[in-house]
Amino acid sequence: MSVLVNNDTRVVVQGITGKEGSFHARACAEYGTKVVAGVTPGKGGQKMDEVPVFNTVAQAVAGTGANTSLIFVPPAFAADAILESAAAGVKVAVCITEGIPTLDMVRVMAALKDSGCRLIGPNCPGIISPGQAKVGIMPGHIHRPGPMGLVSRSGTLTYEAVHQLTLLGIGQSTCVGIGGDPIIGTNFIDMLQLFESDPQTEGIVLIGEIGGAAEEEAAAFIVQHVSKPVVSFIAGQTAPPGKRMGHAGAIISGGSGKASDKMAALTNAGVTVVANIGELGRAAKTLMGSRA
Amino acid sequence: MKIHEYQAKDLLKKFNVPAPQGNVAATSREARQAAEELAEGPFVVKAQIHAGGRGKGGGIKVAATFEEVEQMADQILGMTLITPQTGPEGKVVNKVLVEQAQDIAQELYLGMVVDRASSRPVIMMSAEGGMEIEEVAARTPERIFKETIDPAAGFFPYQARNLAFGIGLGPALIRPATSFIENLYRLFISLDCSLAEINPLVVTKGGAMLALDAKLDLDDNAMFRHHDLAAMEDPDEMDPMEHEARKHHLNYIRLTGNVGAMVNGAGLAMATMDLIKAAGADPANFLDVGGGASAEMVANGFRIILGDPNVKGVLINIFGGILRCDVLANGVVEAVQQVKVQVPIIVRLEGTNVEQGREILAKSGLTFTVATDMLDAAKQVAALVA
Repeated sequence: MSVLVNNDTRVVVQGITGKEGSFHARACAEYGTKVVAGVTPGKGGQKMDEVPVFNTVAQAVAGTGANTSLIFVPPAFAADAILESAAAGVKVAVCITEGIPTLDMVRVMAALKDSGCRLIGPNCPGIISPGQAKVGIMPGHIHRPGPMGLVSRSGTLTYEAVHQLTLLGIGQSTCVGIGGDPIIGTNFIDMLQLFESDPQTEGIVLIGEIGGAAEEEAAAFIVQHVSKPVVSFIAGQTAPPGKRMGHAGAIISGGSGKASDKMAALTNAGVTVVANIGELGRAAKTLMGSRA
Repeated sequence: MKIHEYQAKDLLKKFNVPAPQGNVAATSREARQAAEELAEGPFVVKAQIHAGGRGKGGGIKVAATFEEVEQMADQILGMTLITPQTGPEGKVVNKVLVEQAQDIAQELYLGMVVDRASSRPVIMMSAEGGMEIEEVAARTPERIFKETIDPAAGFFPYQARNLAFGIGLGPALIRPATSFIENLYRLFISLDCSLAEINPLVVTKGGAMLALDAKLDLDDNAMFRHHDLAAMEDPDEMDPMEHEARKHHLNYIRLTGNVGAMVNGAGLAMATMDLIKAAGADPANFLDVGGGASAEMVANGFRIILGDPNVKGVLINIFGGILRCDVLANGVVEAVQQVKVQVPIIVRLEGTNVEQGREILAKSGLTFTVATDMLDAAKQVAALVA
């Protein structure tokens, strides 16, 4: 088992004829993911490698049975692309695009509410269930199948954590980058819920960062609903207030969103919190004990 | 993106949100002319910097006459204004806003943000004007009234009435308050604001409602559809090195330490700063060269890091994912040769093709210290700058 993506995942890549879209569509296919379709309006009928390109997501879904979308559309058009996926009946939409206006995401989130489509991201590396499917831009080869579920607001920090786990012999069930923007489709709590009910997942790595209160909310949820061991790291312990640290959502404002508050909340929830990213793998190993 | 108070007030007026009459000035002579145009005093001369708490630092002064306006402007212009929000280094004042002073009966607070948890715009109002909203939230949260806006349905006047009656405004003020809130919300949405804050929103003795101060933060990600607003950015308000970095599409934030850091990815960059601190040193910067950094980005990153005279050592922390370590190592070698780096460099490379990458660094003839892992890298660089 795994969550969100697996062997049955059939991917349509929106923006497949662009530079990023074609590069990563290939990398996903090489990993073994079923990349069944691409969409670029006006280029329907063409092929990218062996992948048929359609004008609309609805046509791609009807023609190929795609159930998951991977979006590489520029920020100005990304909200449109996400909602096109949802309207076409796609179940999981993964939006890699960075730089979508916040108020566009406000409208997207309202429209997605009863659509039956789960959005991952935006501004994220995507999802991988090692050995089954990679729907994102992460380097596939650093992952191994195994018992650890991983959820993170950051891309390279996720790779770093996965790399440490793999070196220590701890494989991963599913790794999800939920994105560095203030408004995201899937949050920590959604992922904790999925990991808690996934039989393959035996432990959870949660990587947070400064800004907002998602980690504090996750801590409260863990106390109530998560029985599996959780290990966590929060980036930005030395970040100055009022400065946006790369990610649109990574900012300490008005005294809230500090790393220390998040670390304290998670520690109080029984989570093993490492102060140092270099220690994450070892902490996970200790926590998992014989299970890993 | 932050803009000045005078720019925010110009925008307010375009959306029929009432604010005091005023004019901006860059010299004391212009300030006097600004006052003369307003004709009737007394006046307020307000320093225009991107930070709150200006009054406490001597950046806001009342003047009775045109002469006094000129004198006050002369004092404020060119001063380095230190407020609780500027940090100890303060900010140089290049412009003042000259306004008619108001007879204030009551000070209120009105703010709009996008709430992360609900993914919706929220309007907040309180009768505690002039105080920081965070302070009110901590001390007397029951005095803050909130309304969440459904983006599909939009704003409705009952929501403004809930706020206005909630904070205890009298019947005569409900109508002006409702239109004030509605117009500000229209501005908030139309201009892609990330924050709209009127603090204080004053009720004058004559019964008018006015935005005595105004803070608008605009969503950087939406600037592609607001070219007129993008032009409002004041380069004087930015750190010159941060400004330079932005031209090269690099995410750079200057800090106060002496260890320069170059990292790919925002999360890893923050984690690297934390590591440097934990090892007993202080980071000189945050720099994310991007998940897919090129040799050129690395070179530009180097130039910017080394432009900071405090930097005594540099830590390069790269996790090569899609971007291979060998490509990156070549980029680093090229950059170090070009930029003529004089300080020690610690490199920690990991990920795809890491062996080839390390070999390229070792054979370059340059004096890199190659660290085995992140903890090692941070310890080494801390020892070097100590």
